[in-house]
Amino acid sequence: MIAAPAMLSSVLALAQGPLDAQAAPELRWAGLALLLPLVSGVLCLLCGWLKVRSKLPAALTIAALGGAFATILRLQGVVGETPVVINLFDWISWTWGDGSRFHGFTANVDLYVDRLTVFWMLFVTGLGTLIALYASEYMESDVGKGYTRFFGAVSIFLFAMGCLVMGGNLVMLYLGWEGVGLASYLLIGYYFTKPEAVAAAKKAFIVNRIGDLGLALALFLTWQCYGTVEYAALWKAIEAAPASSEWTAQAIPWLLMLGAFGKSAQLPLYVWLPDAMEGPTPVSALIHAATMVTAGVYLIARMFPLFIVNPDALAAVAWVGGLTALLAATIGMAQYDMKRIWAYSTISQLGYMFLGLGVGTTFGASYHVFTHAFFKALLFLTAGAVMHGFAGQLDIRKLSGLLKVPGFRLVSLLAVLGCFWLAAFPFTAAFFSKDEILVSAFTAKDERVHVLGWIGLVVAALTAYYTFRVGFRVFFGPVKYEPGDEHHGHDDHDHAHGGHDANASHGGHAQHGQHAQHGHHGEFHPHGPRWAIRVPLVLIAVGAILAGWPSYRTMLDHDAPNWVKTQVAQSSAYQGAPAGDHATHGGHDAVSHDAAHADHADDAHADHEHLVLGMDAHTAVGRLGSLACIAGILVSLYLHLINRGAADALRRALMGSIATRWIVVGAERKWMVDEFYDWVIRLPLRLVANILSAIDELLLDAGIVNGLGALPAAVGRIFRPLYGGVVQGYAVTMAGGVALVAAWVIWIWLRGAN
Amino acid sequence: MNPIDPQLPPGDPLVMLGLLASAILFAVGIVGFLSRRNMITMFLCTELMFQGAGLAMISYGRQHMDLSGQVFVIFILTVAAAEAALALGLVVLLYRRKETLSAEAWKELAES
Repeated sequence: MIAAPAMLSSVLALAQGPLDAQAAPELRWAGLALLLPLVSGVLCLLCGWLKVRSKLPAALTIAALGGAFATILRLQGVVGETPVVINLFDWISWTWGDGSRFHGFTANVDLYVDRLTVFWMLFVTGLGTLIALYASEYMESDVGKGYTRFFGAVSIFLFAMGCLVMGGNLVMLYLGWEGVGLASYLLIGYYFTKPEAVAAAKKAFIVNRIGDLGLALALFLTWQCYGTVEYAALWKAIEAAPASSEWTAQAIPWLLMLGAFGKSAQLPLYVWLPDAMEGPTPVSALIHAATMVTAGVYLIARMFPLFIVNPDALAAVAWVGGLTALLAATIGMAQYDMKRIWAYSTISQLGYMFLGLGVGTTFGASYHVFTHAFFKALLFLTAGAVMHGFAGQLDIRKLSGLLKVPGFRLVSLLAVLGCFWLAAFPFTAAFFSKDEILVSAFTAKDERVHVLGWIGLVVAALTAYYTFRVGFRVFFGPVKYEPGDEHHGHDDHDHAHGGHDANASHGGHAQHGQHAQHGHHGEFHPHGPRWAIRVPLVLIAVGAILAGWPSYRTMLDHDAPNWVKTQVAQSSAYQGAPAGDHATHGGHDAVSHDAAHADHADDAHADHEHLVLGMDAHTAVGRLGSLACIAGILVSLYLHLINRGAADALRRALMGSIATRWIVVGAERKWMVDEFYDWVIRLPLRLVANILSAIDELLLDAGIVNGLGALPAAVGRIFRPLYGGVVQGYAVTMAGGVALVAAWVIWIWLRGAN
Repeated sequence: MNPIDPQLPPGDPLVMLGLLASAILFAVGIVGFLSRRNMITMFLCTELMFQGAGLAMISYGRQHMDLSGQVFVIFILTVAAAEAALALGLVVLLYRRKETLSAEAWKELAES
């Protein structure tokens, strides 16, 4: 019964041979993808101690992340259909009893590398590198302590994300999961002197904690149910006993789901993500749009074999995803802060991904993660460039026509490009990935989720509308802007300071159509970004365009395998049948079937059964999706570019009637979800806390502790009057006492004598 | 008690006289200490009580045919001399503070 003592071997054996026979030497270096960000994190810490006041931390981080990206790129060419387990070093290995199954617990620092891992790490490290480069300029006003802290946290984030994605067991995944949570907390609270940022950081951490509880319980139950937490052994165990009806096996998907909903900001737990926009914009782009928030999608895709046993859980994932997409889109339509709109669009797009997972298309979900990572990073980074140049201004009512502002033409162009991608304009990458998800929703075996396809189409229209609401307002129309209230962004504009100078140069700037700013810093000059912001933007835009490449190829040549589909199909995410099993069963047959013909074999077969509006699902979704997107854009075009007054008039009209007023107020106030949580969760908790605090203060502190302290004083108060200060008084007492003692002695003596 | 202990027969007049004198000295001392407020007088009264106690010891020493009582008194005198120097010094300091020798003046040192 007694567990064997923990065998904690901390020998770092980076290049121990992988367990796989067809291992290539490149696999030995897979650990570098984890090690490099860790090293740069430690070096950033050192920079902090040594009080480095240069851009050295940024250089270190960019170099390390670039190295990690190169490692993964190298892996991409090597990893085949068979998953590879690479042991970095042994960590936990306990056995008890006879050491058989259920009598041992092993969790080594292993990397489980299959095509899904590589796929995920490719865009994580790639975008990480580019965004770190972007941040090196974006954060330059903080060079010194803050700069070091920022890049240290970014390095830690990439390390933790690597653990999460590449880890070979659930314990590694959990560590990475908590690590990214920590990095996210540190970076949201980066401006820690700002109360909103601190509150947002705490909120993100605490809300995630609820999800993490689910993940931890799922981890325990996985061991309880299958006797292992290592992926490789887990797939074998599931294969041996599929569709377990034990309550533990049925509960695992629900708990995993809770974890995924927390990290990926889905319906009950999404409230932290909009507030997380208090962090610096590169962080919003990297962590809260492109990578960390997709960890929930990864978790479900990776653990898909565990979800297969529970159709109800999958339906719940689909419904939560669909409803989150709808809710977030409606909120996004009524916000005015550019970053918040993108945050709600992130939640909405994540909803699509979960919808995809729920209806069984891990490919569609992963593909959408992939395309979304690029265009959402692009949108955030362009928003950041605007914010950087306009002293923190993010209000879409106060920015207009940036396409014509010198220095912002490239940024605006790329932002508009990103808008087309987010709106899933026909034949953009996002169009294909969204299409894949919606088609699967319409053709799913589970009848309960078909209606989500329609919801998805409605959300597509809403998405197009709110995306171009920002696009048309901010980047088109007459040039008009007001700077924000952050002054750190334009320290280099000293020449603009001073009242009379501003007046003198007033005429020169009037031709821009800009209203003179009579703030205390005089005339405002927006400054355009330099190369370190422009280069990553262009590269990410290129990535966003190329993300559609797999689909273009399949469109032109029906037999060409979709690269993403191959990546996802040859992993544990493929419909519950792990790639390793395929390989052991029949190798190439299974793979070529999955990858190349799945589009036409599986889906086409399904499409005949599920006609949508009399067409097969692919055609219907393609047409309806395009229609929804273009309709949304046209409405936006009218309300926010051609006749901007109409938008306000519409709002006033809606506000005028009691019947429609709730729509405007509700959407603008985010459907009161935060207030609801305040009332239902925070208030009762606060009450309980107050009661406990009162018990502590009144009973424990005031009653017991202070009571004991007061006892000697009370006793002293009784005797104090005896000490009156008159020396003779004391003497009389003493003499009286002596006399009494003497009388007593004499009495004893007399009695003894008689 | 000790049969070998040599002892004068009870009622030796010199012993009785000494004990009487010591009782009177002690009683005068205690009455004086309790009734006077002048610190020097009070101090003299304590000296009286000292000497009363000393005389009692000498008397009992004679009763027991023993010198230790007298040796004790020599010691007491020595200590009393030192203590007298200290006490008078204290009285001088106290007088300088309050310009009075009354013990009543130092009531404020009381507890309450």
